[in-house]
Amino acid sequence: MSSYFSQFFTGISLGAVLLLIAMGLTFTFGQMNVINMAHGELIMAGAYTVFMLQGPLGETGSLLIALPVAFVTAGAIGLVLEVVLIRRLYGRPLDTLLVTWGISLMLQQLARDLFGAPNVQVNAPDWLRGGVEVFGTVVAKSRLFTIALAIACLAMIWFFLNRLAQGRRMRAVMQNRPLAACAGIPTDQVDRLTFFIGSGLAGVAGVALTLLGSIGPTLGTNYIVDAFLVVVVGGLGHLRGAVIAALALGLMNSFVEYWTSGSIAKVVVFVGIVAFLQVRPQGIVVLRTRGLT
Amino acid sequence: MQRRQWRWLAIVLTAVALVTAACGDDSGGAATTNEGGSAGTAASGDTIKVGILHSLSGTMSISEVTVKNSELMAIDEINAAGGVLGKKIQPVIEDGASDWPTFAEKAKKLIQVDKVATVFGGWTSASRKAMLPVFEETKGLLWYPVQYEGLEASPNIFYTGATTNQQIIPALDYLKAQGKTKIYLVGSDYVFPRTANKEIKAYAAANGMTILGEEYKPLGDTEFETIVNKLVAAKPDAVFNTLNGDSNVAFFKQLDGKNLKAKDMLTVSVSIAEEEVKSIGPKYLTDHLVAWNYYQTTDNPANKKFVEAFKAKYGNDKVTSDPMEAGYTAVYLWKASVEKAGSTDVEKVKAASKGITFEAPEGKVTIDGENQHVYKTARIGLIGSDGQIKEVWNSGSPVKPDPYLKGYPWAAGLS
Repeated sequence: MSSYFSQFFTGISLGAVLLLIAMGLTFTFGQMNVINMAHGELIMAGAYTVFMLQGPLGETGSLLIALPVAFVTAGAIGLVLEVVLIRRLYGRPLDTLLVTWGISLMLQQLARDLFGAPNVQVNAPDWLRGGVEVFGTVVAKSRLFTIALAIACLAMIWFFLNRLAQGRRMRAVMQNRPLAACAGIPTDQVDRLTFFIGSGLAGVAGVALTLLGSIGPTLGTNYIVDAFLVVVVGGLGHLRGAVIAALALGLMNSFVEYWTSGSIAKVVVFVGIVAFLQVRPQGIVVLRTRGLT
Repeated sequence: MQRRQWRWLAIVLTAVALVTAACGDDSGGAATTNEGGSAGTAASGDTIKVGILHSLSGTMSISEVTVKNSELMAIDEINAAGGVLGKKIQPVIEDGASDWPTFAEKAKKLIQVDKVATVFGGWTSASRKAMLPVFEETKGLLWYPVQYEGLEASPNIFYTGATTNQQIIPALDYLKAQGKTKIYLVGSDYVFPRTANKEIKAYAAANGMTILGEEYKPLGDTEFETIVNKLVAAKPDAVFNTLNGDSNVAFFKQLDGKNLKAKDMLTVSVSIAEEEVKSIGPKYLTDHLVAWNYYQTTDNPANKKFVEAFKAKYGNDKVTSDPMEAGYTAVYLWKASVEKAGSTDVEKVKAASKGITFEAPEGKVTIDGENQHVYKTARIGLIGSDGQIKEVWNSGSPVKPDPYLKGYPWAAGLS
């Protein structure tokens, strides 16, 4: 019984990681239909932010301060990308894909030049080391922190989209751009804000990933496929769908891996996703979204 | 008709020439090359070129950069003492980028474009397996400095790290002697862990040990919670860890996340040395076991000199480890063979290498003429909270390399 619970918890925490890395993508890919291959590098930028802050601020300080700093750093990189390049490519998904892929390679090389090619480690603060006992099983504190972070991010995004004027404008633009423009909403400003938030969330995900393993220039590429999977399965642009998809994929992965092995679990999850998309090509939650015209 | 064919041939040849020229340019312009002015063959002029080929980026760089450093140190020492055959050694450094095809490509470049006399390089068995056909085809020479899974003896490779009977089998003997007979296998998903585990399973079957489970993760994977949960459920006496590179960081952090210390879940690692202990963090590794042939604490005059020289060159906070020592030793063994042969010619060097000995930091090593491995002393160590490894057992004398495990009846079906 306790092994089921610990596996359930592992699945939830895996889901939380998936959700964090995919959350930003639900904005940029899901809502704006921009296939941003450089999303992984924004995650990497967030992870390196913790590494940079660790020296001057110490372990606890760097982790907590890094959350807002990484959000702004990654957001700013995303904003520059949007203003300089992606804005000119709206409605041309294939061009966007190629251009952002190129950018992702450039950002990786930039990281290699700035921080060195070898991977680096971030030390978790002592209060995140070890685990606590819950229902007869030991739960890692760093995992609890990741889950809490995912929930906090979700709550803030929900508040922003539903309670603030800016967020409501964003939703209006996503649902019907010409009508929103007619109503006097400055759509390109809204696009920029959307891209800023989506990119910033990738940075926050990067902070969480430093608790799991080491950081390298190619950190983002390990996660970009998973992030797209969550968004596609969840249904483009719907946060609710992404939450369900992330948890489902996390749980499925952890239980199948427990019963079989890691590689079999990957296969089963992929086959599951392909089968699911045959039945529901638009994902778990179907959304009225602006087309790729 | 004939003329047209000629024209086609000319066009095709020009295209091929252009492509090769472009490729040559491409690899020659790589970021980390360190080429001097002297062109032509390896031994022309007053320098001898040698290749250094390790992953300086990517998931394996955690381990391989330091091996490159110790090899460069050996080259500097030899140059300061007058070089080889009166010529200075000139290293040409390439980055294998933790990517196996890149290793093969760069090895080819070193041999064909730089015309190096020999190459020191590789860490993962996957990189060695990728380079092997290149060295055999071009009749080149590779010195491979890392312990590996055995079942190989290429005429174009010298293996200065341990083969199975100098590391993994002594580690299993040690576990058996300690009464730890229920073993769980955790490894990275590539050739070394898979083959090593096959050998471990054969050993276990013949020695009354039980293998409770076997788990693999891709290199660089950071998700180990499920494996840790399986370990908790299976309650093994020891975990035989063949993970390589960064995954170790994640694995030990996640063991710690479950409050599992060495006394609760003992691991024996064959790819974690002082350098990896430092980057994973000694607090996660205290009292876990490792198996190697050399530790920074190994007590002999050659090692004292080696450790001091390394710290003087690269900084006082630096540590030395088994693969670094094997890389350092490889350069000296090559030098001794070249001097005995009086030439850098690969066939002559190989013929001269038989029985060459060197007072290495790990103790005396001797090249075995038959399989181009070296005699090495096996040592089991315990990781201390200061990040240093304390030897708890050794084989007493250098063990004869037996890559195909011919001396072990249980291993009959393996090769």
